[in-house]
Amino acid sequence: MSSFGILAGLLALPLVGAAFVLTLSGTDSEVKSNARWGALITTIITFLLSLYAWAKFDPNTAAFQLTETHGWLAETIRFKLTVDGFSMPFILLTTFLMPFCILASWEVIGKRVKAYYVAFLILETTMIGVFAAGDLVLFYLFFEAGLIPMFLIIGIWGGKRRIYASFKFFLYTLVGSVLMLLAIMAMYWHAGTTDIQALLQHRFPASMQTWLWLAFFASLAVKMPMWPVHTWLPDAHVEAPTAGSVILAGILLKMGGYGFIRFSLPMFPDASLYFQPLVYALSVIAIIYTSLVALVQEDIKKLIAYSSVAHMGFVTMGLFSLTPQGVQGAMFQMVSHGLVAGALFLCVGVVYDRMHTREIAAYGGLVKRMPKYAVLLMVFTMANVGLPGTAGFVGEFLTMMGAFRSNPWVAFFAAFGVILSAAYALWLYARVVYGKLEKPALRDIADLDRREFAMLGVLALLVIYYGVLPGAILDVFAPPTEALLKSVASTMSTVKTAAAGAF
Amino acid sequence: MYHAIVFLPLVGFLIAGLFGRFIGARPSELITTGLMMVAALLSWVAFISVGFGSGATRVQVANWFTSGELVIDWAFRIDTLTAVMLVVVNSVSALVHLYSMGYMHEDPHRPRFFAYLSLFTFAMLMLVTSDNLVQMFFGWEGVGLASYLLIGFWYEKPSANAAAMKAFIVNRVGDFGFALGIFLVFVLFGTTTYSEIFAKIGEVKDAHFHFIGFEWHALTLACLLLFMGAMGKSAQFLLHTWLPDAMEGPTPVSALIHAATMVTAGVFMVARLSPLFDAAPAALTVVTIIGAITAFFAATVGLVQNDIKRVIAYSTCSQLGYMFVALGVGAYGAAVFHLFTHAFFKALLFLGAGSVIHAMHHEQDMRNMGGLRKYIPFTWAMMLVGTLALTGFPFTAGYFSKDAIIEAAFMSDRPGHAIAFVSTLVAAFMTSFYSWRLAFMTFEQTARWGAGHGHDAHGDAAHGDAGHGHAAHADTHAHDEHAAHGHDDHHGHGHDHKPHESPLVMLVPLGVLAFGAIFAGMIFAGSFVGHHAADFWKGALAESQYAVFEAMHHAPKWVVWSPFVAMVLGWALAWVMYIRKPYLPGELAASQPIAYRFLLNKWYFDELYDFLFVRPAKRLGYFLWKRGDGTVIDGMGPDGISARVVDVTRGVVRLQTGYVYHYAFVMLIGVAALVSWYLIVGAGAH
Repeated sequence: MSSFGILAGLLALPLVGAAFVLTLSGTDSEVKSNARWGALITTIITFLLSLYAWAKFDPNTAAFQLTETHGWLAETIRFKLTVDGFSMPFILLTTFLMPFCILASWEVIGKRVKAYYVAFLILETTMIGVFAAGDLVLFYLFFEAGLIPMFLIIGIWGGKRRIYASFKFFLYTLVGSVLMLLAIMAMYWHAGTTDIQALLQHRFPASMQTWLWLAFFASLAVKMPMWPVHTWLPDAHVEAPTAGSVILAGILLKMGGYGFIRFSLPMFPDASLYFQPLVYALSVIAIIYTSLVALVQEDIKKLIAYSSVAHMGFVTMGLFSLTPQGVQGAMFQMVSHGLVAGALFLCVGVVYDRMHTREIAAYGGLVKRMPKYAVLLMVFTMANVGLPGTAGFVGEFLTMMGAFRSNPWVAFFAAFGVILSAAYALWLYARVVYGKLEKPALRDIADLDRREFAMLGVLALLVIYYGVLPGAILDVFAPPTEALLKSVASTMSTVKTAAAGAF
Repeated sequence: MYHAIVFLPLVGFLIAGLFGRFIGARPSELITTGLMMVAALLSWVAFISVGFGSGATRVQVANWFTSGELVIDWAFRIDTLTAVMLVVVNSVSALVHLYSMGYMHEDPHRPRFFAYLSLFTFAMLMLVTSDNLVQMFFGWEGVGLASYLLIGFWYEKPSANAAAMKAFIVNRVGDFGFALGIFLVFVLFGTTTYSEIFAKIGEVKDAHFHFIGFEWHALTLACLLLFMGAMGKSAQFLLHTWLPDAMEGPTPVSALIHAATMVTAGVFMVARLSPLFDAAPAALTVVTIIGAITAFFAATVGLVQNDIKRVIAYSTCSQLGYMFVALGVGAYGAAVFHLFTHAFFKALLFLGAGSVIHAMHHEQDMRNMGGLRKYIPFTWAMMLVGTLALTGFPFTAGYFSKDAIIEAAFMSDRPGHAIAFVSTLVAAFMTSFYSWRLAFMTFEQTARWGAGHGHDAHGDAAHGDAGHGHAAHADTHAHDEHAAHGHDDHHGHGHDHKPHESPLVMLVPLGVLAFGAIFAGMIFAGSFVGHHAADFWKGALAESQYAVFEAMHHAPKWVVWSPFVAMVLGWALAWVMYIRKPYLPGELAASQPIAYRFLLNKWYFDELYDFLFVRPAKRLGYFLWKRGDGTVIDGMGPDGISARVVDVTRGVVRLQTGYVYHYAFVMLIGVAALVSWYLIVGAGAH
């Protein structure tokens, strides 16, 4: 039994903060002020601790690090926390985005303030847990537990149709998860352990892999979300409060991609190869279909939500290309999308807080009154479009490059997404920001205040920095990618011989 | 030094862009312009030292990204081709910065304007100095962004916004091919760095590649995909529709981006990759044909346009076609030479047109001009120089470069060269006609900008019955009187002022460019396409070009003289129609309404694309959203289920009155339930 390490600290800190917020009492305004300050300080300390973890982390190896285990359910199901190059950046992304969520909620959350911040802090613990879990059951626990606070955040602090959206969100994700749970049990019975590192070494028989892969796919595809199980996302985004959208787009979606790279690809390599065409097809459909749908949206948030689905299509396409460019690009795409989509939802939140509408038609000519906002939104729009020099480009380019090497058809279709994304993103920008400022309601709209400017400014700098020098993140993915592809390649050669024999 | 050349404009952009509102408009202008001047001077130093001295170098700046075997650097490749482009980009940019200080002096957003100009210059420099295809793509999209921002600079004009978006999206269509081309190059060569690609051409010369259902010669496919990008950026036939609309931007922008530099990026790309294209002859034939069609097509449309900027825009489009013809027939140096000279005289024409527009208080319709020579004599003289150079008057810049292309097209033995020769020759005739038509309608004839009443002028106009270039979608005669006034949103004055000559800060750039338009050909012809070409290029372009240059010197006499004859005929026809018998154009248009409307509406490409792509995309998107997502997916899946659930829980929902302990409790129960579930499962396993 080892002592508690950094990762356990990362899990515990938000809970401590949550406990503190829960105990607050006093007048409403006192509680509001103390709750948000408490939450902010907690998330900042958590972020600093994750930076410390990052400093201790050696990015030049594919090995699992910072490992700690504690006794838990059984000798074979232990409370094990560990990170490698695939998971470390996502922990940082999580802890980095949390303070922004708290800040984005600063003024607008007026009802049940304590509960709101408690929910967010618990959510942070579960998200860190997902990425730090070294045991499959522990992973599943956090994976599912995260649903509850998110369900509450949408259902209580959401918009008009919040009940519908929250149930749609919950049902979709839960139905998929049940299948994953069955698969986890099957894996346990077969391998005798749920330790992820041990499972990575374990070879499941090919026939079993197929079923396990499908069961995991059911859950992860919903999370991602992939077409055609994506329809919960636009509703959830539209109804969620700004901070909820940021977390949803920034972190929760990434759990799907993380699951693919952590379990599906390395543990079921035969099945992954077998289902590669299916994933390609769904990815390409997602990219083109949702881009076209995004084109005609009338609600700003919905448009960005659909564009998220398209971007996640690039991720699945890259992951299953099983090329270094595709996999690394997909992982990078997830991080950059976390920053960019998070920032875009913050931008929507800025105007929503002022006007209380997300109708595109209600805006126009904002640049006149909000020049700072216009500049920052332009940066994020261009990153969303994948302009070289922004973080959005690197992932998109690498995933398409990987797909092209694996199957040029896929890259050919995916490249249409590049055209369509420019169309919907610029059209949105033109309708909201450009034009004459004619609507009477917009006449006195205020530009970004200091809090908003600081949040979006930091994100804009990062988006550009990681566009010009993406190495800091991209290179972390390199060693585990190499290890992953090597292990898949060994099965690929056996599959290929089998295929050669079949023809 | 190369760092300074490339990054000084970036510094200017950052200063003007981030701090413009604090330091004010005038300091922003001075800083950006000053930095550009320094960069331009350094470029000339680089040009002389590289072109007439030591030769190529490579400057590593940083690693951009690395993934597997794919290594992309930020690096400069400096050779003669780069040096030529540095000179073109920085010289024109510096002059346009200077000119804009006068042209934009009434605009409240000058820091933003100058920041964008500098940003554009930086992106363009990254493009021309690129050492690999991905960095080129960075510059490529970067100039696209700057172009988007500058076309839409007057963001309150819906037409400007539409034009800006159109430019970006049409370019993205080209980039679709460019990106796929980069992927294919990487698959074939295992690198995207030029020097490594060129070294390996021999190995993959005969490779084949299976793509979208066909078996292709790999290099041909790669070149065609890359060329698609070039077609978008250089506004070649089929992807040209954005360029005329781009004239919505301020005129200095048109001069810099849409005449001298950005639109030539496609030409630069093919020249840069000339060893690759040289190994893919079929792709070069496509380049030739597209160039020839563009040269001809754009010239025909240019014949009838009435907006002074649009005439020049179509002229640019046509001249770019010439450059692609030169590339296609293997005379790479001639293409770059025309790019070089064209930058001077086309920037001159645009800035001259800007001076005219300035003088006319933002009137752009030539039907409302006329007789301006005696009011703005200096501008007139400069425009005359530009016109002479464009039409290829002997010993001006255009004479050397354009005639070289026509001769190369005739003498080359590559497929398609005959079509290219005929079309460039016919286009030369039309170029001369529309250039002189522009000159005559603007500076000669009777003044049609009578005091205070722009409207009255129409009756006298030679083209009084003509539709208006701006009203692309609603071009009926009934609209004309109104449409003609739809575009001058930004004139702060009425028409009651007399046209006035522009300030010195605008005239100096004209003078400098005029100098280039006259002498650039004379001075550099020997180096670019003449006997010193091999010493000048030093391997920056494919070696096969020298044979074409050699053949050009043996062109038959009638071929050498033919462009001159075409030019004179064009001038003569314009003189007859616009000076001698000014009623002729109207009659001709009336007698051939179909042909006239066809040309005036630019062969109906906008309408066609709108019908084929834009509207179906929106309809399909709407269909997928409402039917696909709504009816099919949600209807079969979650809505059916969740509708029931929502019914059931409606009662439960009432309980959500807000005790946080309830929720905490619910969470706790959930976690407890899960944990006990695992305990059971875990116990069951043993």
